[in-house]
Amino acid sequence: MDNEKDILEVRNLQVNFKTYAGDVKAIRNVSFDLRKGETLAIVGESGSGKSVTTRTIMGLNATNADIVNGSIMYKGEDLLKKSEKDMEAIRGQDIAEIFQDPMTSLDPTMKIGRQIAEPLMVHKGMKKEKALAQALEMMKLVGITDAENRINDYPHQFSGGMRQRIVIAIALVNYPEILIADEPTTALDVTIQAQILNLMKELQDKISTSIIFITHDLGVVAGMADRVAVMYAGKIVEYGTVDEIFYNPKHPYTWGLLSSMPTLDTKGDELPSIPGTPPDLLDPPVGDAFAARNQYALKIDTQQEPPFFKVSDTHYAATWLLHPDAPKVTPPDQIVARQKKYAEMQAALKQQQAANTVPVEEEEEQQ
Amino acid sequence: MEDKNAEKILEVKHLKQYFNVGKADEVRAVDDISFDIYKGETFGLVGESGSGKTTTGRAIIHLYEPTSGEILFEGQNVDTFKSTADQKKFRRDMQMIFQDPYASLNPRMKVKDIVAEGIDINHLAKDDADRTKQVEDLLETVGLNKDHSSRYPHEFSGGQRQRIGIARALAVHPKFVIADEPISALDVSIQAQVVNLMKKLQREQDLTYLFIAHDLSMVKYISDRIGVMHYGRMLEIADADEIYAHPLHDYTKSLLSAVPVPDPEFERARQEIAYDASHENDGKERKLVEIAPHHFVRAADDEIDMYRQRAHEASLLH
Repeated sequence: MDNEKDILEVRNLQVNFKTYAGDVKAIRNVSFDLRKGETLAIVGESGSGKSVTTRTIMGLNATNADIVNGSIMYKGEDLLKKSEKDMEAIRGQDIAEIFQDPMTSLDPTMKIGRQIAEPLMVHKGMKKEKALAQALEMMKLVGITDAENRINDYPHQFSGGMRQRIVIAIALVNYPEILIADEPTTALDVTIQAQILNLMKELQDKISTSIIFITHDLGVVAGMADRVAVMYAGKIVEYGTVDEIFYNPKHPYTWGLLSSMPTLDTKGDELPSIPGTPPDLLDPPVGDAFAARNQYALKIDTQQEPPFFKVSDTHYAATWLLHPDAPKVTPPDQIVARQKKYAEMQAALKQQQAANTVPVEEEEEQQ
Repeated sequence: MEDKNAEKILEVKHLKQYFNVGKADEVRAVDDISFDIYKGETFGLVGESGSGKTTTGRAIIHLYEPTSGEILFEGQNVDTFKSTADQKKFRRDMQMIFQDPYASLNPRMKVKDIVAEGIDINHLAKDDADRTKQVEDLLETVGLNKDHSSRYPHEFSGGQRQRIGIARALAVHPKFVIADEPISALDVSIQAQVVNLMKKLQREQDLTYLFIAHDLSMVKYISDRIGVMHYGRMLEIADADEIYAHPLHDYTKSLLSAVPVPDPEFERARQEIAYDASHENDGKERKLVEIAPHHFVRAADDEIDMYRQRAHEASLLH
């Protein structure tokens, strides 16, 4: 998995939170890589540890967080070993973050031009006039109309979508190597969400930043991600390319997530749902943490934790169902349909390679 | 699909709900909308924030005095009840499930008292034993354990809290339930559980739902008919499947084109349709016109032919 294209390597990360009731094991041995220029989506329910993972990368965890084990290698150095002062130099310069709520992540008492210029003044020691001039360019880049006249406005004078554009401008003004986007569009309406996502893709092309995209919205993941990691109860349970995760998922939790979200074509009286609730991470269950909610659970799931099984060079899943001795199970209907599509796509791809032609159009979808 | 002679349970007629009337900051949150909801159906109301969908729901349950217009529930104007008894009956018949399961339950009340509040107010329990039994039955109905009744809200997860909110709404045997974004605060896997529960209860108890949401795929799944709101106006009403397959109004098209679909290939090919709202304020008089059977679009007189043509191209006219 070590790859020279990797810009960030997270290894065996383990984070506990100390509480009166005991240690909450929020991150339980997480490893992943982020490659240059890619978008890696981390999906999972609340409490699965996706935000804690990125907060650990940023060095922004709450004071009761205890990093038990692991390393986060960036440019040959372990971010976990850095001092707070060193991290301050990295945050906003090399690694920037867009937060979920554009209402609370801006300073209400500071003009927005100044807020966008601040990272330039802090990290690059730029003079105010020059920084403001660059902030203006950034405002135009993220599509704030009439930027010249609005540079001295305050956050409350902007709509939610515009505020999120300002947050993006602040995060990108230093052209960071890594951008962490934690549910950047969850608070926005769908039409505004589409604009913001398009903007992020456009800017990524321009400044070739790598993005870690955190969300629970699988529709957004399908449109944004190159690769996807699925988290459950503090662990990554499956990762692969976006096509592999959406068309050939192997972990029953991924199956459940994909089928419990209705598409515009879903019909029927009952939506497939994942029964129960996620486990309490004060005392994580033995074996596979998903076993209690998993209708495909095997006996071994309650005894021993599944390792990652390889599906392809880029696709791994931690489920005993992939063990050669495991019984064959039939996934939910929607997943079977997805896998069928995957097989067709693979066949078409092979045919194309054989014919050595350029890719033509995709199958028609009704809308 | 509702047939024409299905019984109307709710009629909204030319409802206007303005705030700060006559002042400089007057807001026309709901601006002359009319629609009907039939008994036993789920009517989905979609729109972006600020479209007036929540205000509409609140006006229907009479949390506001409408600026003008009428709301008839079972043929009776909810604004002009003659007696407090009628008022009280209306409050029983119509219940609400709220968006935020954390803010909508009193943290200092036990679950049994939260659920039984309506029972107490309406004197629906013969004695304490009956009250306890009703609460336990309700908790069981919504998939909770009767042992949960003496706990406090903070001991529950978001999905469980929303179930408590549903049990509270059902306690007074309502006919009509307004659910304002009931699942948007929940995780994906829990959303499906709550939606399934709502559908099950609708079948068993013959409920009518007004389902207000911005998550278009979930609204389509749960609704029989859907109304699309924008800038306080109703732009299109049709059967759920039809409005998604063949939207006629440009705004509906734009809204649907922005919905992310969990299918990477579809997403790569997706084309968003931009919507130009300027024509909405060109001064022409517009009202909802039945363009195709049961398919209404807000149109000016000179736009009807265009919409008919669109409906014709989508073979909605026979």
